[in-house]
Amino acid sequence: MTAISREHPRSSFRFTHAQSVALVFGCTLLGAAAQILMKSGAGGFSTANLAAIVTNVSLFGGYVLYGISTVLLILALRDGELSLLYPIVSLSYVWVTVLSVMIFQEKLNLYKILGVSTIVIGVAVLGRNGKR
Amino acid sequence: MTTPLSSIGLVFAAAFVGSFGAVFLKFGAGKLHRDVRTLLLNWRLAAGVGLYLLSSVFYLLGIRQGELTILYPMVSLGYMFTLFWSRLFFGEPFTRNKVCGLGLILLGIVFLGIGRQ
Repeated sequence: MTAISREHPRSSFRFTHAQSVALVFGCTLLGAAAQILMKSGAGGFSTANLAAIVTNVSLFGGYVLYGISTVLLILALRDGELSLLYPIVSLSYVWVTVLSVMIFQEKLNLYKILGVSTIVIGVAVLGRNGKR
Repeated sequence: MTTPLSSIGLVFAAAFVGSFGAVFLKFGAGKLHRDVRTLLLNWRLAAGVGLYLLSSVFYLLGIRQGELTILYPMVSLGYMFTLFWSRLFFGEPFTRNKVCGLGLILLGIVFLGIGRQ
């Protein structure tokens, strides 16, 4: 990666392999935090009160975190190996499930655990071919 | 607390609208060059961001009621639409892994549907 940037000093910034992995992992945590904030603030949201997106602190915070994690994720996915990064992306489903149980006292059952596990594996399989 | 079907429907609608957001971002990204105007005056990117915002409105309406343990993983239905649009608009082929991954995702969504009670 550094060799490429040395050959083309004017080319745009690239992440190394390890940086992409770390960045995607960080994005899943940011994204999960965004989900918890959005759920917390969603009660104050309606079609008659779309402005809650900017006036409700939880919703606004959720949007900001979601926006940051989306932009970073796009940059990381651009440079990294998708077959490795997709399984990491799907970790966000695990974080949100764990946090929902801890923070909102949601109950787990066998089908929920089966469902989220199957989806996590499915997303990982989806990315297995790499870029093609 | 059970998760109402209306909430699941709104989350599916969010996933559908969001999949078009990704298509426009991809079209828009292809028009990016070293000129900042290709970013700021890029109607495709703007449309992509707008569709993501619209998608988030459906999503917020969906998660007002019901459980995040059910509704958040259901956003993964969006992968199905994205696979279809990627083939339709960008000629990306269906591969065995994509089909298997999509099948697992759909199965997972069915499990969540059973577990929502």
